[in-house]
Amino acid sequence: MRSALGSAVVVLVLLVVWEGLHLAVSNSGLPSPVATLVRLGVLLGDADFWRQAGETGRAFAAAVVLSTFAGIGLGILLGMNRTTGAVAQPILVNLYALPKVTLYPVVLLIFGLGISARIAFGIMHGMIPLTLFTMNAILNMKPVYRRSAAVMGLTPWQSSFYVVLPAILPEVITGARLGVSLCLLGVLIGEMFAARNGLGFVVMQAMERGDMPSVLAVALLLAVLALVVNAALLALDRAWRR
Amino acid sequence: MTREGWIRLLVIAAAVAALELACRLGWVPVTVVIPPSAMAASLVDILASGKHWADIVISLRSVAIAAVLSIGLGFLVGAVIHAWPLVRGAVEPLLASYYAVPTFMFYPVFIILFGVGPAAIVAIAVLLAIVSMISATLVGLDRIPLVLRKTARMMHMGPASRALLIGLPAALPHLFTGVKLAVAYAFIGVIASEFILSGAGMGYAIAYAYNNFDNREMYGLMLLIILVVTVVNTGLDAVDRRLQARLRR
Repeated sequence: MRSALGSAVVVLVLLVVWEGLHLAVSNSGLPSPVATLVRLGVLLGDADFWRQAGETGRAFAAAVVLSTFAGIGLGILLGMNRTTGAVAQPILVNLYALPKVTLYPVVLLIFGLGISARIAFGIMHGMIPLTLFTMNAILNMKPVYRRSAAVMGLTPWQSSFYVVLPAILPEVITGARLGVSLCLLGVLIGEMFAARNGLGFVVMQAMERGDMPSVLAVALLLAVLALVVNAALLALDRAWRR
Repeated sequence: MTREGWIRLLVIAAAVAALELACRLGWVPVTVVIPPSAMAASLVDILASGKHWADIVISLRSVAIAAVLSIGLGFLVGAVIHAWPLVRGAVEPLLASYYAVPTFMFYPVFIILFGVGPAAIVAIAVLLAIVSMISATLVGLDRIPLVLRKTARMMHMGPASRALLIGLPAALPHLFTGVKLAVAYAFIGVIASEFILSGAGMGYAIAYAYNNFDNREMYGLMLLIILVVTVVNTGLDAVDRRLQARLRR
């Protein structure tokens, strides 16, 4: 409760700073919070806005589902063996730290300009943390679990489903939390460059028109949505660890 | 080098060789991916002709400024928050969720504030990088062993010498992890901003080459960025691991 109160105060301070910046930057450069919220209300009543949001939502959902399955699968595969884990770890960490935007043209050349390029780019962002967390969770799993599974004569399929997966689930959820937000970032960056629809495109177009309230309204909406999704996964994470 | 290191090298070499073969045999059209040997040749041309030196300098300068700013400011903010438990309790939950915010959506705002140019790019990179430094500072200051603080008090050390001789060395391994992440995020922020909307820099050069169907140059520049980032990150990672090992001693 107290931390919620603290967070509310922080949000209030941020709003005041925003209003202050609005007043400091002479007219129309930076819209005020109120103007942004009013514009957001207008946008939310606009059918075209919902069409673009649906486009982003579809790409995001596909990227999340595919990167979750691929990430966990690859993580389990690499984590089953100590050597493959040790070989893959630095490669994955380096891929994670790479500015993946540089590779976006390659994705565009392979998948064309449609939605599949943005899905692929979202997967590139979201899959790596999931793979890393899953792999490390398996490598650091208590050896007694694996031995018990062997003693009970479980098949590899049974042991991965009934022993390994429940044991690593908390780490996997942490990885998924990172992966989901990075998927969104990947899809949005993809839309900001060379796309004809989606919320990233809406923002770029609004910027070209000099329509700052729309830019801020969409950015704010996405930031709040991302924070809500993250909070939900965090709550799930905590509930599971207890 | 360790056995894993050799295997890793072998895996990467095999992947590059497979791509080379696939390109040379025509399985992958040249309009999509060019052979790695051609990428390397293009990279050599780019460096020898000096055509992109200005872009390279602009990007690296932006990365350096953004990294220094986020490390310095991040440490300062972290230290202030750490000393102020009430503020910390309010800010920390937000810090934990901060990475979820798609920071790049605010790039247009910074363009309005600073204009198209290095300042807006540095601002977005700092926004992306500073939080990992703040978190690392909090962790580092938390983990200073109590026994060291007591020793400092016993020796009647002043606040300045206590911070410099006890606090900093004890927190350094954690702080350096923040430095490593801040540099990586500074690279991502700068290159991505240049790529989306800018008139100069390596990210812009890649977007420009892509828009002009100049695959050879595009892949040369990509290889350059990947090599630079990999060398920098691997170097920082090596230092980081040495410091972490010191922690466990």
